[in-house]
Amino acid sequence: MVDAILNALTSLLMGIGYLLDHGLPNVVMILVSFLLFYLGIRKGVEPLLLIPIGFGCLLVNMPLSDVMDKGGVLKTLYDMGIINELFPLLIFIGIGAMTDFGPLLENPKILLLGAAGQFGIFITLLLSLFLGFSKLQSVCIGIIGACDGPTAIYVTSKFAPEILGAVSVAAYSYMSLVPIIQPPVMRILTSKREKEIVMGSMGRGVSKETRILFPIIVTLITGLIAPMGLPLMGMIMLGNFMKESGVVERLTKASQEEIANAVTLFLGLAIGGTMEGHAFLKVETLIIFSLGFLAICFDTVAGVMFGKLMCLLSGGKINPLIGAAGISAYPMAARVVQIEGQRYKKTNYLLMHAMGANTGGQIGSVMTASIILSVLKGLQLI
Amino acid sequence: MDDMIFGITLMLVGMGGTILTLVLISVTVGLIKRLFPKEHRAKGR
Repeated sequence: MVDAILNALTSLLMGIGYLLDHGLPNVVMILVSFLLFYLGIRKGVEPLLLIPIGFGCLLVNMPLSDVMDKGGVLKTLYDMGIINELFPLLIFIGIGAMTDFGPLLENPKILLLGAAGQFGIFITLLLSLFLGFSKLQSVCIGIIGACDGPTAIYVTSKFAPEILGAVSVAAYSYMSLVPIIQPPVMRILTSKREKEIVMGSMGRGVSKETRILFPIIVTLITGLIAPMGLPLMGMIMLGNFMKESGVVERLTKASQEEIANAVTLFLGLAIGGTMEGHAFLKVETLIIFSLGFLAICFDTVAGVMFGKLMCLLSGGKINPLIGAAGISAYPMAARVVQIEGQRYKKTNYLLMHAMGANTGGQIGSVMTASIILSVLKGLQLI
Repeated sequence: MDDMIFGITLMLVGMGGTILTLVLISVTVGLIKRLFPKEHRAKGR
Protein backbone atom coordinates (compact mmCIF):
# COMPACT_ATOMS: atom_id res chain seq x y z
CA MET A 1 0.00 0.00 0.00
CA VAL A 2 2.76 2.39 1.05
CA ASP A 3 4.75 1.40 -2.04
CA ALA A 4 1.77 2.13 -4.25
CA ILE A 5 1.34 5.58 -2.68
CA LEU A 6 5.07 6.31 -3.05
CA ASN A 7 5.01 5.20 -6.68
CA ALA A 8 1.99 7.37 -7.34
CA LEU A 9 3.67 10.36 -5.71
CA THR A 10 6.89 9.70 -7.63
CA SER A 11 4.96 9.66 -10.88
CA LEU A 12 3.61 13.11 -10.03
CA LEU A 13 7.17 14.39 -9.71
CA MET A 14 8.43 12.81 -12.92
CA GLY A 15 7.90 16.01 -14.85
CA ILE A 16 10.08 18.04 -12.52
CA GLY A 17 12.74 15.32 -12.62
CA TYR A 18 12.72 15.36 -16.42
CA LEU A 19 12.98 19.13 -16.47
CA LEU A 20 16.03 19.04 -14.16
CA ASP A 21 17.75 16.24 -16.11
CA HIS A 22 17.10 17.03 -19.79
CA GLY A 23 14.84 20.02 -19.81
CA LEU A 24 17.07 23.09 -20.29
CA PRO A 25 15.89 23.64 -23.92
CA ASN A 26 12.29 23.31 -22.72
CA VAL A 27 12.86 25.83 -19.92
CA VAL A 28 14.32 28.26 -22.47
CA MET A 29 11.31 27.77 -24.75
CA ILE A 30 8.89 28.29 -21.85
CA LEU A 31 10.65 31.63 -21.33
CA VAL A 32 10.29 32.28 -25.07
CA SER A 33 6.55 31.65 -24.74
CA PHE A 34 6.47 34.25 -21.94
CA LEU A 35 8.27 36.65 -24.28
CA LEU A 36 5.63 36.02 -26.96
CA PHE A 37 2.89 36.72 -24.38
CA TYR A 38 4.67 39.93 -23.39
CA LEU A 39 5.00 41.06 -27.02
CA GLY A 40 1.38 40.22 -27.76
CA ILE A 41 -0.18 41.65 -24.59
CA ARG A 42 2.01 44.60 -23.63
CA LYS A 43 3.41 45.61 -27.01
CA GLY A 44 0.43 44.70 -29.18
CA VAL A 45 2.63 42.72 -31.60
CA GLU A 46 0.26 40.53 -33.66
CA PRO A 47 -1.56 39.35 -30.50
CA LEU A 48 -4.04 37.25 -32.45
CA LEU A 49 -1.17 35.06 -33.58
CA LEU A 50 1.45 35.42 -30.88
CA ILE A 51 -0.89 34.53 -28.01
CA PRO A 52 -1.93 31.13 -29.46
CA ILE A 53 1.60 30.48 -30.77
CA GLY A 54 3.00 31.30 -27.35
CA PHE A 55 0.51 29.04 -25.61
CA GLY A 56 1.16 26.20 -28.04
CA CYS A 57 4.86 26.68 -27.34
CA LEU A 58 4.19 26.60 -23.58
CA LEU A 59 2.12 23.42 -23.83
CA VAL A 60 4.60 21.50 -25.97
CA ASN A 61 7.52 22.40 -23.72
CA MET A 62 5.96 21.26 -20.47
CA PRO A 63 7.89 18.21 -19.26
CA LEU A 64 6.63 14.91 -20.66
CA SER A 65 3.97 16.78 -22.61
CA ASP A 66 2.17 14.58 -25.12
CA VAL A 67 0.33 17.34 -27.00
CA MET A 68 2.45 16.75 -30.12
CA ASP A 69 2.46 12.97 -29.86
CA LYS A 70 0.19 10.92 -32.11
CA GLY A 71 -3.37 11.72 -31.08
CA GLY A 72 -2.30 14.73 -28.98
CA VAL A 73 -4.37 17.87 -29.31
CA LEU A 74 -1.74 20.02 -31.06
CA LYS A 75 -0.61 17.15 -33.28
CA THR A 76 -4.23 16.66 -34.32
CA LEU A 77 -4.54 20.35 -35.20
CA TYR A 78 -1.20 20.17 -37.04
CA ASP A 79 -2.32 17.16 -39.09
CA MET A 80 -5.75 18.66 -39.65
CA GLY A 81 -4.67 21.96 -41.11
CA ILE A 82 -0.93 22.59 -41.33
CA ILE A 83 0.57 19.56 -42.96
CA ASN A 84 -2.11 19.65 -45.66
CA GLU A 85 -1.93 23.51 -45.91
CA LEU A 86 -5.64 23.90 -45.16
CA PHE A 87 -5.39 26.55 -42.42
CA PRO A 88 -3.33 29.14 -44.35
CA LEU A 89 -5.69 28.74 -47.30
CA LEU A 90 -8.76 29.32 -45.12
CA ILE A 91 -7.10 32.41 -43.68
CA PHE A 92 -6.52 33.63 -47.22
CA ILE A 93 -10.28 33.58 -47.88
CA GLY A 94 -10.67 35.92 -44.90
CA ILE A 95 -7.84 38.16 -46.09
CA GLY A 96 -9.46 38.45 -49.53
CA ALA A 97 -12.80 39.23 -47.94
CA MET A 98 -11.22 41.94 -45.78
CA THR A 99 -9.09 43.61 -48.45
CA ASP A 100 -10.25 46.62 -50.44
CA PHE A 101 -8.43 46.59 -53.78
CA GLY A 102 -10.09 49.88 -54.72
CA PRO A 103 -6.99 52.11 -54.43
CA LEU A 104 -5.02 49.61 -56.51
CA LEU A 105 -7.71 49.44 -59.17
CA GLU A 106 -7.76 53.22 -59.40
CA ASN A 107 -4.09 53.24 -60.30
CA PRO A 108 -3.15 49.73 -61.51
CA LYS A 109 0.40 50.79 -62.41
CA ILE A 110 1.11 50.79 -58.68
CA LEU A 111 0.79 47.00 -58.81
CA LEU A 112 4.39 46.97 -60.08
CA LEU A 113 5.56 48.20 -56.69
CA GLY A 114 4.18 44.92 -55.38
CA ALA A 115 6.69 43.12 -57.58
CA ALA A 116 9.65 45.22 -56.47
CA GLY A 117 8.74 44.55 -52.85
CA GLN A 118 9.43 40.85 -53.36
CA PHE A 119 13.08 41.30 -54.30
CA GLY A 120 14.19 40.45 -50.76
CA ILE A 121 12.83 36.94 -51.21
CA PHE A 122 15.41 36.15 -53.86
CA ILE A 123 18.39 37.83 -52.19
CA THR A 124 17.59 35.94 -49.00
CA LEU A 125 17.20 32.73 -50.94
CA LEU A 126 20.71 33.20 -52.39
CA LEU A 127 22.12 34.00 -48.94
CA SER A 128 20.45 30.90 -47.47
CA LEU A 129 21.94 28.70 -50.17
CA PHE A 130 25.32 30.29 -49.54
CA LEU A 131 24.98 29.50 -45.82
CA GLY A 132 24.38 25.82 -46.58
CA PHE A 133 20.63 25.43 -46.30
CA SER A 134 19.07 22.98 -48.75
CA LYS A 135 17.35 24.29 -51.87
CA LEU A 136 13.83 23.86 -50.51
CA GLN A 137 14.75 25.23 -47.07
CA SER A 138 16.29 28.27 -48.77
CA VAL A 139 13.09 28.87 -50.73
CA CYS A 140 11.08 28.74 -47.50
CA ILE A 141 13.46 31.11 -45.69
CA GLY A 142 13.33 33.49 -48.65
CA ILE A 143 9.53 33.48 -48.49
CA ILE A 144 9.76 35.23 -45.10
CA GLY A 145 10.57 38.23 -47.29
CA ALA A 146 7.06 38.03 -48.71
CA CYS A 147 6.00 39.51 -45.34
CA ASP A 148 3.06 37.20 -45.61
CA GLY A 149 2.53 34.73 -42.78
CA PRO A 150 0.03 32.38 -44.45
CA THR A 151 2.16 32.14 -47.63
CA ALA A 152 5.26 31.37 -45.55
CA ILE A 153 3.37 28.66 -43.65
CA TYR A 154 1.83 27.23 -46.83
CA VAL A 155 5.19 26.86 -48.58
CA THR A 156 7.20 25.76 -45.54
CA SER A 157 4.71 23.18 -44.28
CA LYS A 158 4.81 21.64 -47.72
CA PHE A 159 8.54 21.64 -48.44
CA ALA A 160 10.53 22.13 -45.24
CA PRO A 161 8.32 21.29 -42.24
CA GLU A 162 11.44 20.91 -40.08
CA ILE A 163 11.88 24.71 -40.07
CA LEU A 164 8.17 25.59 -39.95
CA GLY A 165 8.24 26.97 -36.38
CA ALA A 166 11.21 29.27 -37.01
CA VAL A 167 9.94 30.49 -40.39
CA SER A 168 6.39 31.21 -39.25
CA VAL A 169 7.38 32.95 -36.02
CA ALA A 170 9.95 35.02 -37.95
CA ALA A 171 7.38 35.88 -40.65
CA TYR A 172 4.74 37.04 -38.19
CA SER A 173 7.20 38.82 -35.89
CA TYR A 174 8.81 40.81 -38.69
CA MET A 175 5.43 41.63 -40.23
CA SER A 176 4.55 43.36 -37.01
CA LEU A 177 7.96 45.01 -36.76
CA VAL A 178 7.55 46.71 -40.13
CA PRO A 179 7.00 50.12 -38.44
CA ILE A 180 10.42 49.76 -36.82
CA ILE A 181 12.35 48.10 -39.66
CA GLN A 182 11.19 50.20 -42.64
CA PRO A 183 11.49 53.89 -41.66
CA PRO A 184 15.31 54.04 -41.33
CA VAL A 185 15.70 52.43 -44.77
CA MET A 186 13.14 54.81 -46.28
CA ARG A 187 14.88 57.85 -44.78
CA ILE A 188 18.33 56.83 -46.01
CA LEU A 189 17.25 56.12 -49.57
CA THR A 190 15.16 59.21 -50.34
CA SER A 191 16.06 62.88 -50.56
CA LYS A 192 14.12 65.60 -48.73
CA ARG A 193 12.66 66.78 -52.02
CA GLU A 194 11.43 63.27 -52.87
CA LYS A 195 9.90 62.79 -49.44
CA GLU A 196 7.92 66.00 -49.88
CA ILE A 197 6.33 65.09 -53.21
CA VAL A 198 2.58 65.52 -52.93
CA MET A 199 0.63 63.01 -54.96
CA GLY A 200 -2.70 63.91 -56.52
CA SER A 201 -5.82 62.89 -54.70
CA MET A 202 -7.63 59.65 -55.40
CA GLY A 203 -11.29 59.07 -55.02
CA ARG A 204 -12.89 58.87 -58.45
CA GLY A 205 -13.37 55.24 -57.64
CA VAL A 206 -13.87 52.34 -60.00
CA SER A 207 -17.01 50.71 -61.28
CA LYS A 208 -18.58 47.73 -59.55
CA GLU A 209 -17.97 45.69 -62.70
CA THR A 210 -14.23 46.34 -62.44
CA ARG A 211 -14.23 45.34 -58.79
CA ILE A 212 -16.09 42.12 -59.55
CA LEU A 213 -14.00 41.22 -62.59
CA PHE A 214 -10.65 41.88 -60.86
CA PRO A 215 -10.56 38.70 -58.71
CA ILE A 216 -11.64 36.61 -61.70
CA ILE A 217 -8.90 38.10 -63.91
CA VAL A 218 -6.22 37.54 -61.28
CA THR A 219 -7.38 33.95 -60.74
CA LEU A 220 -7.36 33.21 -64.48
CA ILE A 221 -3.92 34.74 -65.04
CA THR A 222 -2.44 32.95 -62.02
CA GLY A 223 -3.98 29.67 -63.09
CA LEU A 224 -2.51 30.00 -66.58
CA ILE A 225 0.97 31.20 -65.60
CA ALA A 226 1.64 29.69 -62.19
CA PRO A 227 -0.89 26.91 -61.55
CA MET A 228 1.01 25.60 -58.54
CA GLY A 229 0.05 28.75 -56.67
CA LEU A 230 -3.59 28.63 -57.64
CA PRO A 231 -4.80 27.45 -54.21
CA LEU A 232 -3.12 30.49 -52.61
CA MET A 233 -4.27 33.13 -55.07
CA GLY A 234 -7.59 31.40 -55.69
CA MET A 235 -8.59 31.56 -52.03
CA ILE A 236 -7.71 35.26 -51.67
CA MET A 237 -9.62 36.05 -54.82
CA LEU A 238 -12.57 33.90 -53.73
CA GLY A 239 -12.82 35.98 -50.54
CA ASN A 240 -12.58 39.22 -52.51
CA PHE A 241 -15.05 38.05 -55.13
CA MET A 242 -17.61 37.23 -52.45
CA LYS A 243 -17.07 40.66 -50.88
CA GLU A 244 -17.36 42.58 -54.13
CA SER A 245 -20.30 40.57 -55.48
CA GLY A 246 -22.33 41.91 -52.57
CA VAL A 247 -24.76 39.01 -52.70
CA VAL A 248 -23.23 36.61 -50.16
CA GLU A 249 -22.85 38.86 -47.17
CA ARG A 250 -23.23 36.00 -44.70
CA LEU A 251 -20.39 34.05 -46.32
CA THR A 252 -18.23 37.16 -46.54
CA LYS A 253 -18.84 37.99 -42.90
CA ALA A 254 -18.16 34.39 -41.84
CA SER A 255 -14.89 34.43 -43.81
CA GLN A 256 -13.86 37.77 -42.28
CA GLU A 257 -14.79 36.83 -38.73
CA GLU A 258 -15.82 33.36 -37.56
CA ILE A 259 -13.73 31.28 -39.96
CA ALA A 260 -10.70 33.59 -39.83
CA ASN A 261 -10.83 33.75 -36.02
CA ALA A 262 -11.23 30.01 -35.45
CA VAL A 263 -8.55 29.12 -37.98
CA THR A 264 -6.16 31.75 -36.59
CA LEU A 265 -6.49 30.13 -33.16
CA PHE A 266 -5.91 26.61 -34.50
CA LEU A 267 -3.06 27.74 -36.75
CA GLY A 268 -1.32 29.59 -33.92
CA LEU A 269 -1.61 26.67 -31.51
CA ALA A 270 -0.35 24.18 -34.09
CA ILE A 271 2.60 26.43 -35.01
CA GLY A 272 3.41 26.82 -31.32
CA GLY A 273 3.36 23.04 -31.12
CA THR A 274 6.31 22.87 -33.52
CA MET A 275 8.46 24.91 -31.12
CA GLU A 276 9.62 22.07 -28.87
CA GLY A 277 12.89 23.10 -27.24
CA HIS A 278 15.15 20.27 -28.42
CA ALA A 279 13.99 20.71 -32.02
CA PHE A 280 13.73 24.51 -32.07
CA LEU A 281 16.81 25.71 -30.21
CA LYS A 282 19.45 25.40 -32.88
CA VAL A 283 21.91 27.77 -34.46
CA GLU A 284 19.95 27.49 -37.70
CA THR A 285 16.89 29.02 -36.01
CA LEU A 286 18.90 32.13 -35.17
CA ILE A 287 20.23 32.24 -38.74
CA ILE A 288 16.67 31.96 -40.10
CA PHE A 289 15.58 34.89 -37.90
CA SER A 290 18.55 36.96 -39.11
CA LEU A 291 17.88 36.12 -42.75
CA GLY A 292 14.20 37.00 -42.33
CA PHE A 293 15.18 40.40 -41.00
CA LEU A 294 17.49 40.97 -43.97
CA ALA A 295 14.72 39.86 -46.36
CA ILE A 296 12.40 42.61 -45.17
CA CYS A 297 15.20 45.21 -45.33
CA PHE A 298 15.95 44.17 -48.92
CA ASP A 299 12.25 44.30 -49.80
CA THR A 300 12.08 47.86 -48.53
CA VAL A 301 15.24 48.88 -50.38
CA ALA A 302 13.95 47.43 -53.66
CA GLY A 303 10.49 48.93 -53.18
CA VAL A 304 11.83 52.43 -52.49
CA MET A 305 14.34 52.21 -55.35
CA PHE A 306 11.55 51.16 -57.72
CA GLY A 307 9.47 54.03 -56.34
CA LYS A 308 12.35 56.36 -57.23
CA LEU A 309 12.39 54.97 -60.75
CA MET A 310 8.63 55.52 -61.07
CA CYS A 311 9.14 59.03 -59.69
CA LEU A 312 11.70 59.71 -62.39
CA LEU A 313 9.58 58.24 -65.19
CA SER A 314 6.46 60.11 -64.05
CA GLY A 315 8.26 63.44 -64.00
CA GLY A 316 8.27 63.64 -60.20
CA LYS A 317 4.59 62.88 -59.66
CA ILE A 318 5.10 59.71 -57.60
CA ASN A 319 6.48 59.91 -54.08
CA PRO A 320 9.10 57.11 -53.82
CA LEU A 321 8.15 56.47 -50.20
CA ILE A 322 5.06 54.57 -51.37
CA GLY A 323 7.45 51.95 -52.81
CA ALA A 324 8.08 50.75 -49.26
CA ALA A 325 4.43 49.72 -49.04
CA GLY A 326 4.86 47.19 -51.86
CA ILE A 327 5.05 44.37 -49.33
CA SER A 328 2.32 42.18 -47.97
CA ALA A 329 2.15 43.56 -44.41
CA TYR A 330 -1.29 45.12 -44.84
CA PRO A 331 -2.19 47.78 -43.82
CA MET A 332 0.83 48.36 -41.60
CA ALA A 333 3.26 49.20 -44.41
CA ALA A 334 0.81 51.73 -45.88
CA ARG A 335 0.44 53.42 -42.51
CA VAL A 336 4.21 53.63 -42.15
CA VAL A 337 4.39 55.45 -45.50
CA GLN A 338 1.67 57.88 -44.45
CA ILE A 339 3.45 58.67 -41.17
CA GLU A 340 6.82 59.08 -42.86
CA GLY A 341 5.34 61.32 -45.57
CA GLN A 342 3.76 63.56 -42.97
CA ARG A 343 6.99 63.84 -41.01
CA TYR A 344 8.36 65.92 -43.86
CA LYS A 345 5.19 67.63 -45.07
CA LYS A 346 2.25 67.84 -42.73
CA THR A 347 -0.30 68.27 -45.53
CA ASN A 348 0.86 65.24 -47.49
CA TYR A 349 -1.67 62.40 -47.62
CA LEU A 350 -0.03 59.35 -49.15
CA LEU A 351 -2.24 56.80 -47.42
CA MET A 352 -4.53 55.80 -50.29
CA HIS A 353 -1.64 55.59 -52.76
CA ALA A 354 0.29 53.52 -50.24
CA MET A 355 -2.77 51.31 -49.71
CA GLY A 356 -2.75 50.67 -53.46
CA ALA A 357 0.92 49.66 -53.32
CA ASN A 358 0.25 47.59 -50.20
CA THR A 359 -2.55 45.57 -51.80
CA GLY A 360 -0.25 45.25 -54.82
CA GLY A 361 2.30 43.79 -52.38
CA GLN A 362 -0.26 41.25 -51.21
CA ILE A 363 -0.89 40.11 -54.76
CA GLY A 364 2.83 40.36 -55.58
CA SER A 365 3.87 38.17 -52.67
CA VAL A 366 1.39 35.44 -53.51
CA MET A 367 2.24 35.70 -57.21
CA THR A 368 5.95 35.35 -56.46
CA ALA A 369 5.30 32.30 -54.28
CA SER A 370 3.09 30.84 -57.01
CA ILE A 371 5.77 31.35 -59.65
CA ILE A 372 8.47 29.90 -57.40
CA LEU A 373 6.33 26.80 -56.78
CA SER A 374 5.67 26.38 -60.48
CA VAL A 375 9.38 26.79 -61.30
CA LEU A 376 10.30 24.24 -58.62
CA LYS A 377 7.80 21.85 -60.16
CA GLY A 378 9.28 22.54 -63.58
CA LEU A 379 12.77 21.81 -62.24
CA GLN A 380 11.34 18.59 -60.75
CA LEU A 381 12.44 19.59 -57.27
CA ILE A 382 8.95 19.07 -55.88
CA MET B 1 21.93 21.38 -60.19
CA ASP B 2 24.50 23.55 -58.44
CA ASP B 3 23.02 25.59 -55.58
CA MET B 4 24.06 28.98 -56.90
CA ILE B 5 22.86 28.23 -60.44
CA PHE B 6 19.57 27.15 -58.91
CA GLY B 7 19.34 30.35 -56.86
CA ILE B 8 20.15 32.66 -59.73
CA THR B 9 17.76 30.79 -62.06
CA LEU B 10 14.98 31.09 -59.53
CA MET B 11 15.76 34.76 -58.99
CA LEU B 12 15.71 35.62 -62.69
CA VAL B 13 12.65 33.54 -63.58
CA GLY B 14 10.84 34.32 -60.32
CA MET B 15 11.39 38.06 -60.34
CA GLY B 16 10.92 38.34 -64.11
CA GLY B 17 7.81 36.16 -64.00
CA THR B 18 6.33 38.17 -61.14
CA ILE B 19 6.92 41.47 -62.92
CA LEU B 20 5.51 40.20 -66.22
CA THR B 21 2.44 38.71 -64.57
CA LEU B 22 1.75 41.86 -62.60
CA VAL B 23 2.19 43.95 -65.77
CA LEU B 24 -0.32 41.67 -67.48
CA ILE B 25 -2.81 42.07 -64.61
CA SER B 26 -2.21 45.82 -64.55
CA VAL B 27 -2.82 46.17 -68.30
CA THR B 28 -5.92 43.96 -68.15
CA VAL B 29 -7.35 45.99 -65.26
CA GLY B 30 -6.68 49.15 -67.29
CA LEU B 31 -8.69 47.68 -70.17
CA ILE B 32 -11.53 46.60 -67.89
CA LYS B 33 -11.65 50.10 -66.44
CA ARG B 34 -12.05 51.51 -69.94
CA LEU B 35 -14.77 48.99 -70.74
CA PHE B 36 -16.61 49.69 -67.50
CA PRO B 37 -15.84 53.24 -66.47
CA LYS B 38 -17.15 54.56 -63.18
CA GLU B 39 -19.45 56.98 -65.04
CA HIS B 40 -20.97 54.08 -67.00
CA ARG B 41 -23.60 53.33 -64.34
CA ALA B 42 -24.38 57.00 -63.59
CA LYS B 43 -25.02 57.74 -67.29
CA GLY B 44 -27.21 54.70 -67.62
CA ARG B 45 -29.59 55.93 -64.94
